[in-house]
Amino acid sequence: MCRLSQENVVKTTTDIETLRSEIRDKSVRVIDVRREEDYKKNHIPSAVNLPLAKLLADDSPDRVLTLIKSMGIDDETPVVVYDDTFGALASRIAWTLEYLGHSDVSLLETTFSTWKSMGLENDNVIPEFQIKEHTKKLRPEILATSDYLESVKDKENVILVDNRERLNFLEQHIPGAISLPYRTLSTQNKILRSKEDMKRLLNNRGILGDSEIITYCGSVGTLSGLAYYALKSVGVPNAKLYVRSFKEWKNLSKPTAKQEDANYWDLSAE
Amino acid sequence: MTNSKLEQSRPKSRKGKINWARSQEADYFANTVKLYRQGKYDEDSFRRFRLQHGAYGTRLTSDYAMVRIKLPAGEVYPHQLEKLSELSEQFSIGSAHFSTRENIQLHWVILEDVSEIFRGLAEVGLTTREACGNSIRNVMCSPLSGVCPDEEFDSTPYALATARFFLRNPLAQNLPRKFKFNFTCCEKHGMVRMVDVGLIPQTRNQDGSTQKGFKIFLGGGLGNRSFVGHQLEEFTPEEDLLYTSMAVVRIFDRLGDRKNLARNRMRYLVNDMGWEKFQNLVLKERAIVRATQSVVTRLNVDHTPIEIKRPIRITNESVNSAPEGFARWLKGNSFKQKQSGYNSVFVTLEAGDITSNQLKVLSQIIQDFSYEGLGRCGFNQNISLRYVHDDDLSPLYSRLLEAGLAKSGALTMSAPIGCSGTTSCNLALTNSHRLSKEIQRKFLELKLDEDDDLHNSSIKISGCPNSCGQHGIATIGFFGGGARVDKDMYPNYMMQLGGRSDGDTMLGISSLRVPAKRVIPVILKIIELFKQNKKQSDDLKSWIHRVVSGIDDSEIKSIEDLKKILLPLTTPPSKTEDPDFYSDYGSDTSYHTKTGKGECAA
Repeated sequence: MCRLSQENVVKTTTDIETLRSEIRDKSVRVIDVRREEDYKKNHIPSAVNLPLAKLLADDSPDRVLTLIKSMGIDDETPVVVYDDTFGALASRIAWTLEYLGHSDVSLLETTFSTWKSMGLENDNVIPEFQIKEHTKKLRPEILATSDYLESVKDKENVILVDNRERLNFLEQHIPGAISLPYRTLSTQNKILRSKEDMKRLLNNRGILGDSEIITYCGSVGTLSGLAYYALKSVGVPNAKLYVRSFKEWKNLSKPTAKQEDANYWDLSAE
Repeated sequence: MTNSKLEQSRPKSRKGKINWARSQEADYFANTVKLYRQGKYDEDSFRRFRLQHGAYGTRLTSDYAMVRIKLPAGEVYPHQLEKLSELSEQFSIGSAHFSTRENIQLHWVILEDVSEIFRGLAEVGLTTREACGNSIRNVMCSPLSGVCPDEEFDSTPYALATARFFLRNPLAQNLPRKFKFNFTCCEKHGMVRMVDVGLIPQTRNQDGSTQKGFKIFLGGGLGNRSFVGHQLEEFTPEEDLLYTSMAVVRIFDRLGDRKNLARNRMRYLVNDMGWEKFQNLVLKERAIVRATQSVVTRLNVDHTPIEIKRPIRITNESVNSAPEGFARWLKGNSFKQKQSGYNSVFVTLEAGDITSNQLKVLSQIIQDFSYEGLGRCGFNQNISLRYVHDDDLSPLYSRLLEAGLAKSGALTMSAPIGCSGTTSCNLALTNSHRLSKEIQRKFLELKLDEDDDLHNSSIKISGCPNSCGQHGIATIGFFGGGARVDKDMYPNYMMQLGGRSDGDTMLGISSLRVPAKRVIPVILKIIELFKQNKKQSDDLKSWIHRVVSGIDDSEIKSIEDLKKILLPLTTPPSKTEDPDFYSDYGSDTSYHTKTGKGECAA
């Protein structure tokens, strides 16, 4: 029922040792998605800075393509992305590259803080690159728009996953969505659970198999971007990111649902 | 690269000796949920199974569960708190909840995720097994056992041994109803007369040597109908503790009412049969149990003394002067132990709620400040650290302050109990949980936690007539219901006065109904009247005791006099005058009652 074919299992994260050796071989482009001032203080050697805010200012394909080229990335360059926010911001950038048609992009398995706390190398050198050429082969099959979502969400083989925190989900969500808070996906040191743990978790929740799975979160597709990679890490063949997420859904005054008749917010100690 | 490099070079924290978990129960639960969802398990069998494994239903939905984690004798170790922090963040609402019976509860957990929580708990030796359902629930012990100046000896090892004996024991898998043991330190602390089996440690001189034993109370309990427990005999020697417990459980199993869900706790059996008859039956049964054990059956009581040692702290606080509020906090939150120079410190929570992040910080604080290296669940939906050295009190306060855990008044009237109410419970009629928080905020704002006259009084609130909020033993207790003016409903509480759970245990006397939004003014009015009429040596508790007994000689001689004065405060305004009156706390829509099926009895 929930079997995964081997060829579907693709690389979603790069482990620390692999990245270190790729950096030594100069065979990787590392993207640091933190804010510019944090990046300038220190970063993983050879990393280039692309703050998420800079991308989100205009994430139209042509503009992103220009950004990618300026970072010296061509169609063949392996790219590893990292952040300091449990992989969510890095996921959004990685997904954007994928959407543009870049096939070799993955997430660093941990955050920059953990990298540093392990005493691994970092510096404040800002690398320079030659502009490279990169083709544009958009992959609409990994993107969900609101219109698309509305047209498919009631289909039996479509699963809609909400990655916001549980209380936010209870308060308001897209009808039919199931709640899988982003924190469920990670462990203390890794941005994603081990494959085995992830499979079991998703399997218990019925989120595996051949269904089309669409993830969303609060506003710009970061938390749900991480979930997109969580699904990819266990070989889910048809995952999509509703990148404009719940913020757009509400702005468009589309229907929402809530858990009625309970004062769950008052249980929170916040 | 291994993860060990990530861990700070901090000494290993103390770990409990007993592993309560069985890791295979996680898989078993996950598979059973799948079968249930596939329709291969009927509702009733599944509910029984779910409850036996510690997953309780959630208000008006079958998609979510509340996971109740047992902390036998209230003990919780630092690494366990850290795991609970992680699990509450991953699978619950980013908060956890300390219950009145030394459990930690995670609410609004998706049923399919419950097994993942079991898996995490098993890593740190904790279980939810038999935390709900018709089984022997968490075995409680006073948080002061071992440190209380009035105790004869520490009953903690006996509580742990009892919990260990009955957990997963075939004897207790299908009782007529839930069954509870409370161990305590002395008459003053903890509840022994309001539980199925309550035990106070006692000693006596036997042929020149000191013999340990217990004063055992049977058949008490709070609920829709509450009863005060009876003392079995003058002295029960420790050798007889297990035989007595087994005898009582066997009688209840055999004779308890399995049909009438509303009255099948053991206290009804005792009441119906009459105490003397029940008492005789227990003594006879005990003789049979003692005589018929085919193998030697005894409690595995671990008497190894705990190691008390100064924690090694990585952070170095050099606090010169005590931070503001320290004296006030110290007064209402700490207890001088019988061990000179040491204190038990209670952390004030709001109706038992604590954030995931605070749990994590607390784990660290316990390692840094408790010389015994663990936490003990407190009396009122809270947690305590014991063996805190006099010199460490001020730095401890600073650390709690940083974590938002330094509210005053944990041991005073300003820390009311509130059950979960309409925040998650199927049976609730009102939001007792939020009301408790509102009262606490008001009391702290008025600095009533500092008032010595109120110190040993209590406020306890339940969201329905069942007694999860223990309203029956509060100085001022409330239980929720709905009331109406014409067509418009409003949340309402019955107020009970004069309840207590000490040596003079009695149940509160129902006085009058108070609308939810008038509860705070009514409490404040009672305090005002007390101040006007009290005698020199009075505190609120003693004054109310005289009033409900009808023996006060001041202006207010009886509960009727008090009601007359309070009644005007409870008159409902019209809906146009005060629309807020018609909505419950935490809600901006008009109040209406809605309940689902209770599960205690399932």
